[in-house]
Amino acid sequence: MSGQTSPIFGNLNWNVTPYTDLLRDVNSSTIVGAGAASVLVLGAIAGVAFLTYMRWWGPLYRNWLTSPDAKKIGVMYIVLALVMLARGIIEGFVIRAHQATALGTLTAQESGLVAPDHFAQLFSTHGTIMIFFVAMPLLIGLINFVLPQQLGARDMAFPVLNQVSLGLTAAGAALVMVSLLIGKFGTGGWTMYPPYTGKIFSPGEGVDYWLWAILISGMGSTLTGMNFAVTIFKERAPGMHMMRMPLFCWTSLCVAIMLIYAMPALTVSSLMLVLDRYADFHFFTNASGGNMMNYANIFWMFGHPEVYILILPAFGVFSEISSTFSGKRLYGYTSLVIASMSIAVISFTVWLHHFFTMGQSAGVNIAFGIATMIIGIPTGVKIYDWMATMWRGRVRITAPIVYLTGFFLLFVIGGLSGIILANPSIDYQVHNSTFLVAHFHNVIIPGVLYGMLAGIHYWFPKAFGFRLCETWGRRTALLFVGGFIFTFMPLYVLGLMGMPRRSPTFQNPDYMPWMYIAAVGAVLMLCALASLFWTFWTSYRNRLSLAVPGGDPWNGSTLEWSSPAPVPEWSFPRIPQVTARDDWGEAKRAGDPWKAPERYCDIEMPANTAHGLLIAAAATGLGFAMVWHIWWLAILSFLAIPGLIALRGLRVIEPKIITAAEVEEADQRFRQQVASLAPATRADEETERNRGVPDISEFAG
Amino acid sequence: MVWAKLIAGSVLALVAIDPAIASSSLEQSFLQPMGPVAQEQSSHLLRVIGITMVVILPVLIGVPFILWRYRYSRPRGEYTPEWEFSKKLEYALWGVPIVVVIVLASWLWYSTQKLDPYKPLGPDPLQVQAIGLDWKWVFIYPEEGIATVNELAVPVGRPVELTLTTDTVMQSLLISSLTGQIYAMPGMTTKLNFAADRTGEAEGENTQFNGDGFGRQKFTVRALSPADYASWQTRGNSGIVLNEDTYATLRRQTVLADARVDLGLDKGAEPIVMTLGQADMFEQIVAKYQDDAAEPARAKGWGGTGMPENDDQRAKGGSK
Repeated sequence: MSGQTSPIFGNLNWNVTPYTDLLRDVNSSTIVGAGAASVLVLGAIAGVAFLTYMRWWGPLYRNWLTSPDAKKIGVMYIVLALVMLARGIIEGFVIRAHQATALGTLTAQESGLVAPDHFAQLFSTHGTIMIFFVAMPLLIGLINFVLPQQLGARDMAFPVLNQVSLGLTAAGAALVMVSLLIGKFGTGGWTMYPPYTGKIFSPGEGVDYWLWAILISGMGSTLTGMNFAVTIFKERAPGMHMMRMPLFCWTSLCVAIMLIYAMPALTVSSLMLVLDRYADFHFFTNASGGNMMNYANIFWMFGHPEVYILILPAFGVFSEISSTFSGKRLYGYTSLVIASMSIAVISFTVWLHHFFTMGQSAGVNIAFGIATMIIGIPTGVKIYDWMATMWRGRVRITAPIVYLTGFFLLFVIGGLSGIILANPSIDYQVHNSTFLVAHFHNVIIPGVLYGMLAGIHYWFPKAFGFRLCETWGRRTALLFVGGFIFTFMPLYVLGLMGMPRRSPTFQNPDYMPWMYIAAVGAVLMLCALASLFWTFWTSYRNRLSLAVPGGDPWNGSTLEWSSPAPVPEWSFPRIPQVTARDDWGEAKRAGDPWKAPERYCDIEMPANTAHGLLIAAAATGLGFAMVWHIWWLAILSFLAIPGLIALRGLRVIEPKIITAAEVEEADQRFRQQVASLAPATRADEETERNRGVPDISEFAG
Repeated sequence: MVWAKLIAGSVLALVAIDPAIASSSLEQSFLQPMGPVAQEQSSHLLRVIGITMVVILPVLIGVPFILWRYRYSRPRGEYTPEWEFSKKLEYALWGVPIVVVIVLASWLWYSTQKLDPYKPLGPDPLQVQAIGLDWKWVFIYPEEGIATVNELAVPVGRPVELTLTTDTVMQSLLISSLTGQIYAMPGMTTKLNFAADRTGEAEGENTQFNGDGFGRQKFTVRALSPADYASWQTRGNSGIVLNEDTYATLRRQTVLADARVDLGLDKGAEPIVMTLGQADMFEQIVAKYQDDAAEPARAKGWGGTGMPENDDQRAKGGSK
């Protein structure tokens, strides 16, 4: 392909789409490939047509895409994550469907639903999407929405930077999506270990798609980490001491610190691989002094803290919901804070357990194996603390509690397999096997996915003004639990039977029963996904009966429940004066929590700007141009980014002023509404009587 | 502890049943060990599961119990909404996991030392060298002067020291029923020490994805009685000599079945047994990746260091 690079179109030509493959050879693999590309194209066309028909382009641009409001940015992160989650789960299903048909022999060509190369692209995009474009945007989105409200702040410390971070994440996601239609994705898995992904063994655009998606979105995540950290350190309401912060804020702080220290390692390892591939460097090549072990080393310096970046916000969510839905104070606040911070710190000392089998001495393996086990201690303590929170409580089995239960029962099994893998001597056996695949799905799905979905269910009314349907919420949760059990428990067995991960084919017929069970699980996962979207849709249709204008549907105790639902742009009419941990709960105990502030002031909010959108466009252009070697576009896009930043720096930017009168009008209306609504007891929580004004006499926790 | 072990044992037994009634004759799991290393690994696994149950069972039993007893709709027991701390409980919550981890850590230390793959299992181990290629393994017996593709025969009772490298991307060699896996990388060598204590046939494999043929990069491991092993060395030789030319053919991106055709044998899954043409072949292959300014010609030897030439390029380039 080199040598024919066009100065205008780079390596692009009409043969890069999966339709060419389909025309060349019609088989199940090319049909799946072309089908996926068609879904992308038709979905994009349908989306554009829908927005045009509804005349929503203007509102979308004005109210969402150009908004620097952290709450809206949070919602957009989550929407992005849910779209990517749909693709990720469907890919997971295709992977399982393929392996259920992949029994072959050593002599015959690989058979099954998709070709080996296509299968490799599937597991690579599945992993990349689920980690970087589902889990990360879910947690970053949730933190964006919740953190400022819990801290008593109006917004993030750097609202426009926040917008840029979202733009960069979306640009990375766009590159991964475009690879469905234009060209191929890499086949080296989500870790993309060289030398396999070097340009000798993986020529072409595949690995480059991964590299640029990771570089661009990784930059966004680093900036997000800084934003969160500064927000927590500088934007807390008066009186909100560190030890008064809700647990979710603490885990957000851990995430922020870890993002700042871990993401650069990924950026560095990816940049080094970029230099290898584009500029003939030899960091990780076989010959000329390259050393591929360095890649694994640097990558996992990011990769292991990343695991805890993913899990800690979920731990924050579980801390909030276990307390709220038990009607009880959180047990062991200090313990949980210490445990969270220990996890954040220790997570930087264990990365080597991802490659116990690389040939280092037993002593090194022992040190990292023990460090890995030590991190299990604070994790275990957290789980016991939540159990103690629910003990002697009055637990309402809402959808978040179903997720929490699924988490409790499944996550400990993931913990057990983690402890097993932490033993180098056992890891020598099950490393790179489906046992490992089962393990990390066993911590990430019950941990991150359940946690984030529970969080979405919990805070959804705050964002949109109505609750999600509890019945469908619980059904979704149960489907995700069942889907997980059926899909991944068989993979533990297969791993112990010696099946390597990422196998496009296998020869042992004994695998087949387990493969079929796993395929059934994948169908359940698809049902869970459909049920999740149905929950949103049916709740939207019944939004009037589910409306909670009072803003406190769960009788909560943290600050965000003091505002109306949906929460106004400014969150609080006056920045609250915090006097206790769980300040809103204290106000309820004191009697009249919905007291109006004595006077209102003008509120300064950041003005809307297209800055993030423009930078996202430039970043997408840069990534795409680099992937296809369209050098003029790459240079142009690259220069556009500092240009845009300079341009913004040269302008005087006036904040948006919301006048005291306007705030007073809205706030008084809210207070009157609260006074007019009948308080709902916890028994009425799931009924139409729950209008977001809880019976505070019931509040004791 | 006893009950924990019992439960762990029965969980594992459930898992183990399946391979035990396996229709495939090749052993593929360390739960049916054929040697002391895999034996130790499998019992270590049981030990770890057993002790970890101390911290896991309280959750598995406690959570359903709490949900049932304290459910909002029909609660039993007291309601203590303000209760948020207990020093005694705190000691237990931190103390028990710490004790469990101390036990686990000492076992980890012991077993990792004991099963260090670099440590020979006894005096005078059988020396075998393994070269990972796309998508097959070449095994060299330097002392016996033979080489195989995808077959590793070892005598029962004698320790084996396998020295690994690759002549392509990173791979990982696993013989589950005998020992664990270790990465093989170009220009570098790693080692696996193991021994077989009963005869049998096992499957070995690459576990590190390396392209389209990955799923078929399996090899047969035969643990033979010493007499059978002696006769294996002389029997079944394909008559092919492993020299630079045959090696170049093997180095192509092919699975065994296609490599056999390339070498003029019939297409099948039978391993190839060859006569070793050059005694220091393994060392040459490792050395060609080690950049040596004094000997730039070295990189050209033994098939080069880049992507192996495929058939089209051979046809066009008219290579030897």
